[in-house]
Amino acid sequence: MSRISDRFAALRQAGRGGLIPFITAGDPDRDTTARLLAGLPAAGADLIELGLPFSDPMADGPAIQEASERALKAGASTARTLDLVREFRETDTTTPVVLMGYYNPVFVHGPERFARDAAAAGVDGIILVDLPPEEADEFTGPARAAGLDFIVLTAPTTDDARLPRVLANAGGFVYYVSVAGVTGTRAAEGTTIRDAVDRLRRFTDLPLAVGFGIRTPDQAAEVAAAADAAVVGSAVIGRIADNLDADGRPAPGLVDDTLRFVGELAAGVRKQRGEAP
Amino acid sequence: MHTPNTYAGGPDERGHFGPFGGRYVAETLMPLMLEVERAWRDARADAAFQRELSDWLRDYVGRPTPLYHARSLSARAGGAQIWLKREDLDHTGAHKINSCLGQALLARRMGKTRIIAETGAGQHGVATATVCALFDIPCTIYMGATDMARQEPNVFRMRLLGAEVRPVESGHGTLKDAMNEALRDWVASVDDTYYLIGTTAGPHPYPAMVRDFQSVIGREVAEQMEAIDGRPPDSVVACIGGGSNAMGIFHPFLDRPEVALTGVEAAGHGLGTDAHAASLTGGRPGVLHGNRTYLLQSDDGQIREAHSISAGLDYPGVGPEHAWLKQAERVRYATCGDDAALEAFQVLTRAEGIIPALESAHAVAHALAAAAGLPADHRMVVNLSGRGDKDIATVRQALEAEGRA
Repeated sequence: MSRISDRFAALRQAGRGGLIPFITAGDPDRDTTARLLAGLPAAGADLIELGLPFSDPMADGPAIQEASERALKAGASTARTLDLVREFRETDTTTPVVLMGYYNPVFVHGPERFARDAAAAGVDGIILVDLPPEEADEFTGPARAAGLDFIVLTAPTTDDARLPRVLANAGGFVYYVSVAGVTGTRAAEGTTIRDAVDRLRRFTDLPLAVGFGIRTPDQAAEVAAAADAAVVGSAVIGRIADNLDADGRPAPGLVDDTLRFVGELAAGVRKQRGEAP
Repeated sequence: MHTPNTYAGGPDERGHFGPFGGRYVAETLMPLMLEVERAWRDARADAAFQRELSDWLRDYVGRPTPLYHARSLSARAGGAQIWLKREDLDHTGAHKINSCLGQALLARRMGKTRIIAETGAGQHGVATATVCALFDIPCTIYMGATDMARQEPNVFRMRLLGAEVRPVESGHGTLKDAMNEALRDWVASVDDTYYLIGTTAGPHPYPAMVRDFQSVIGREVAEQMEAIDGRPPDSVVACIGGGSNAMGIFHPFLDRPEVALTGVEAAGHGLGTDAHAASLTGGRPGVLHGNRTYLLQSDDGQIREAHSISAGLDYPGVGPEHAWLKQAERVRYATCGDDAALEAFQVLTRAEGIIPALESAHAVAHALAAAAGLPADHRMVVNLSGRGDKDIATVRQALEAEGRA
């Protein structure tokens, strides 16, 4: 059993979907991310998605692009991202941490070395936006060997003929990108999401997390009721951005305000009791 | 290393040229990439499509373009005879339109009703806007805000042609940011939109498809040289940004070992500085914009900004087939800096009355230096990929800065 499967099993037992907030490592600086990470579990994060900064986040909308830019400007790197997870693990050994990013930093680090280093730091899974199954072999082997879940993305455009191929390497949970588009723009209709989740359930027993366009506690609740977890990224990043001064420095209330927002999302998810599958 | 039976057979069925190329895109785009690939394979094998394309190339672009013996330029170099493949005479003034026409016909065939494209200097944007005007297809061009300021006349040209030009403020507002933004548009408009990529980069099938459409350049050179004295040229020189004009002229000669092929990258202010665009010479393998290739990047895998006096070479990556041809040592990759390109720009203008694009001037600079050491019966073909009207302001500024104009 891994931290990810343990957590989803516990959620299932509790009869509710989970909340997965997303923040970018090092945005707006290392210290703020460390404090956010430390506070997220108590605020109600069931799993944590941590963005691995990249200079060219071409599947992301403006909020996450800017978060990546702020982080890199403040000196974020792959090694420092793993350091943040290592530090988080000193106080939290149960909340799963999943990295999300683009393949180039992983490729340059070396797929094998990256998988080993990430697992050793306490990372549980990784989502690589631009690494489709057709190109993933050189990474999935090392990831499996290191005990790191390779979390795949499926999209509205992934049809039934293609799904088995996409799911072949899947571990941890399956991330459903609920709208064809970049992060943080529009939201999918609740009924569309339920249909998509039903379709995916026919192909996999892994837990399903749904993301893209989820901004409010009500939306998070609706999604978490239909799927096993809701991912909220751009809206959380938006709170961070709202608490920066004109020079991009964090205002004193940034961490509290962001965690309060995560708490509101978590409260939404928790009051909605989804039916156990 | 092992010598392959053919250098021209790539890519494999998954779009790989050796370890390079491939299809590194978000899952939302993958089904569409497979659809583009199927459409391209069908079109390639369809005689009616090929006939329609060559009719447009003849009647609209003005093909075949001349292969011109530049005697004065050759005399200046003092050695090999330099021949210029006059892609500057293509409609819109550069080779870009060869691939734009092919891809627009493909988009129509696929039933797509909207075209998007990225552009750096604006040449590919102008060529795309042109074919979209011709076929009455709505089009949106993404262009970095910095580039829009540098290339204002091309922005106006695109708008006259009916294109919507969207400024890209993210990153440094240059070509790679424009490409990111075009991909972001595409991922949200997969149903009706075709992304018309300007060079031999991007996810499979683009590198191979753009090369196929540009290979008309090399096929014409082979025929033209054959008609002149019954054999292929001794050497071919072309500039490399993403690498489409070079792939187009090289490809028909890849399996003719007697033809020496040289690609010339932009060394900007120098390879020892951060301000260059020589991904093959000064970069290392990575993954960006859908393919694995040589990239200018930090040790941490963050992509760097490229620099060249020529906006069309100003890209931190290069087509994956070039990456493979470098590794296979079939093509030699050289570099040329801003100053040498600027000098060659003036030399060709004065010697032949032909104003080259600054991109092409990099190839001319290399040819001038290389020709000097070669015998007089050596026939060197330089791909004059575009004309230089668009660069007049840049050249004037550079010369004034040096106190020479």
